[in-house]
Amino acid sequence: MYVYTEYDQQLLNERVAQFRGQTERFLKGELTNEEFLPLRLQNGLYVQRHAPMLRIAVPYGLLSSAQLRVLGEIARDFDKGYAHVSTRQNVQFNWPALPQVPDILAKLATVQMHGIQTSGNCIRNVTTDQFAGVARDELTDPRPWCEIIRQWSTFHPEFAFLPRKFKIAVNASADDRAAMKFHDIGVQIVKNAQGQLGFSIWVGGGLGRTPIVAEEIISFLEPKYLLSYLEAILRVYNRYGRRDNKYKARIKILVKALGIDAFREKVEAEWQHMKDTDMDLPESEIELMHGYFKDPAYATLQDNPAVLQQARAASPGFDNWIKRNCTAHKKPGYMAVTLSLKATAVAPGDVSTEDLFAIADLADRYSFGEARSTHNQNMVLADVRQDQLFDLWQELKALGFATANIGYLTDITCCPGGDFCSLANAKSIPIAEQIQRKFDDLDYLYDLGEIELNISGCMNACGHHHIGNIGILGVDKKGEEFYQISLGGNSGTDAKIGQIIGPSFGEAEVADVISKIIDVFVEKRIEGESFLMTFDRIGMAPFKEKVYAAA
Amino acid sequence: MQPRKIIRNRAIVDDSFRYVTHADDLAAGGDIIVDLALWLAHKSDLKNHRGKVGVQLPGDAEPDVIADDLSQLAVIAIHFPVFRDGRGFSLARILRGRFGYQGELRATGDVLRDQLFFMQRCGFNAFDPRADRSIEDALKGLNDFSVIYQADAHEKRPIYRRRVS
Ligand code: HEM
Ligand code: SF4
Repeated sequence: MYVYTEYDQQLLNERVAQFRGQTERFLKGELTNEEFLPLRLQNGLYVQRHAPMLRIAVPYGLLSSAQLRVLGEIARDFDKGYAHVSTRQNVQFNWPALPQVPDILAKLATVQMHGIQTSGNCIRNVTTDQFAGVARDELTDPRPWCEIIRQWSTFHPEFAFLPRKFKIAVNASADDRAAMKFHDIGVQIVKNAQGQLGFSIWVGGGLGRTPIVAEEIISFLEPKYLLSYLEAILRVYNRYGRRDNKYKARIKILVKALGIDAFREKVEAEWQHMKDTDMDLPESEIELMHGYFKDPAYATLQDNPAVLQQARAASPGFDNWIKRNCTAHKKPGYMAVTLSLKATAVAPGDVSTEDLFAIADLADRYSFGEARSTHNQNMVLADVRQDQLFDLWQELKALGFATANIGYLTDITCCPGGDFCSLANAKSIPIAEQIQRKFDDLDYLYDLGEIELNISGCMNACGHHHIGNIGILGVDKKGEEFYQISLGGNSGTDAKIGQIIGPSFGEAEVADVISKIIDVFVEKRIEGESFLMTFDRIGMAPFKEKVYAAA
Repeated sequence: MQPRKIIRNRAIVDDSFRYVTHADDLAAGGDIIVDLALWLAHKSDLKNHRGKVGVQLPGDAEPDVIADDLSQLAVIAIHFPVFRDGRGFSLARILRGRFGYQGELRATGDVLRDQLFFMQRCGFNAFDPRADRSIEDALKGLNDFSVIYQADAHEKRPIYRRRVS
């Protein structure tokens, strides 16, 4: 993974000092609330229902074991003993006290971590596929490009006060595991007809109250132009994005208002002044960045070794876990293992201090000292030897991370909702639990196949409800918590926004309604169809009919 | 009356300019910074003005409107209506970069310590911080960081053209 140079470290230390000063000035009354707000936001600090919430950047989801341990210590020493993995691969603390935040940031800086640009109207942490670098289907490792973007976007002097937040995702596989088309900019790594690598750039995607699938602005961009092209897009957005209404301030609204062609024209006009200048990425830099993501010292192994075959034959539980939670790896003899943070009755994405320490140890012993966070709020050990999978599984079972539900209905993506978030219309975590309890029969879950279920506590869509195959949105009806359900959303390559089924439901009904939806699917599906395929074929009507039928 | 203080070229200095928003106030001599609308309406008369003349642009101005006037202008001020409105940052970079403007580029309006570092990098060399704040404190904001990744108004090379191998 990328290792900070002295230069990077110095910048981070200076940032900690700066924020310490800003916090002191605020606590002394020299900065007003309104002035402190953008400053604390640029360091990841929100003020929430119970306490400030501190969001820590995990650049493109990559964590070393040393970083995991420090996160665990912070959870123990400054929080209530747990942290939360977010849908943007970041980590959040829900209970820090403001005067201690500078100390937390200083501690994070010792392991090259920070909250810089994790909130506020600036370029946020860049995200990517959780299997980057090990996936079989990727064209190239996207992480060097993420790091190039990270450096360019860090303290970019021109873009610290954008109309609204700005999110960039990079994807290098045919299968989009980064929800690239739901970002302000999606960078898709592609090959042209001559076999050269480059980028297709998508712009104006997003969720929130106006969910929109991004549109392609350029189909093939030479690698050396990546930063100049991004800078041109950002400049056009910074100058022309709306600032009068925060709900209309995202780039998606500008792209829609101008139309993609007029937007492209403006970007290209800017870009003419930026391309073929010192902004071009030299080949040496591209190589240097790739050097940080070289393969670890993989052993020369065969796929499917005898010990693995024997263990699978002897233990159906283990065999099942391999099928559900392990992913093929580019190197023979290895697999990527997803740790499910979705055991029933645990808030999706929550990890305790002990968990963080344990995952750090597992990373050291099984996966070259690294782990990853995923946008579905799980964690991944990406480089596990197949002949060690059985040992790892036993340890994960003991820790509660071996729930074999990755990609299934109970692997719910869920925002903090009304339990923590002051913007919430409704609670979301208890809804997740209600559904997990209803669908506690694993065999039935597997029979249903992959179904992505996402829950957000309000229109801001932090839980990605629009792009869940089943989406649940908390709404407020005269002060009571209600839930609106949508079907057919898709975060992948064939990106789609779900359709709302009809009037919303009371809290007590949600799991039953989901059950009815699933019943329709089971009844109507054709052999081999996923939920999404059935929905696309039969449409909303049969689901609607069943769900709203008089009892 | 004490002359107003501003920051110019990293020092606190007296400001000889006054801001003019009404045509009636143009007649008096002395150094003035006029609103864009006044400039566009009176620029030929202002050639004979007794004193230096600058113009104040809103953050959403198109720089083309003053492209031909740059050599006549002693100051270009860019106004920040609120702290979080970042349009002026892009405008400054365009004026310094593409238009090659060399004169004083001044940030006015809701200008506070914590923007100054970025403003300076975008090409501002003068700052008129909000009157209710300490200008000495604001000046410190220029030194918040010693390292940067991107090229800017002063450092022509981004980090990746500065690496020593
Ligand atoms: C508890 C404090 C939180 C607050 C106050 C908050 C607030 C918001 C707001 C206001 C938006 C909409 C912004 C817009 O459309 O311009 C948003 C979007 C988003 N949030 Fe949060 N959020 C919080 C926590 C989280 C958490 C814990 C996650 C991850 C689980 C998350 C992930 C996201 C994502 C992915 C979006 C993007 C949707 C889009 O593209 O528009 N947020 N958040
Ligand atoms: S979706 Fe709404 S309720 Fe959930 S975290 Fe985001 S802002 Fe809060």
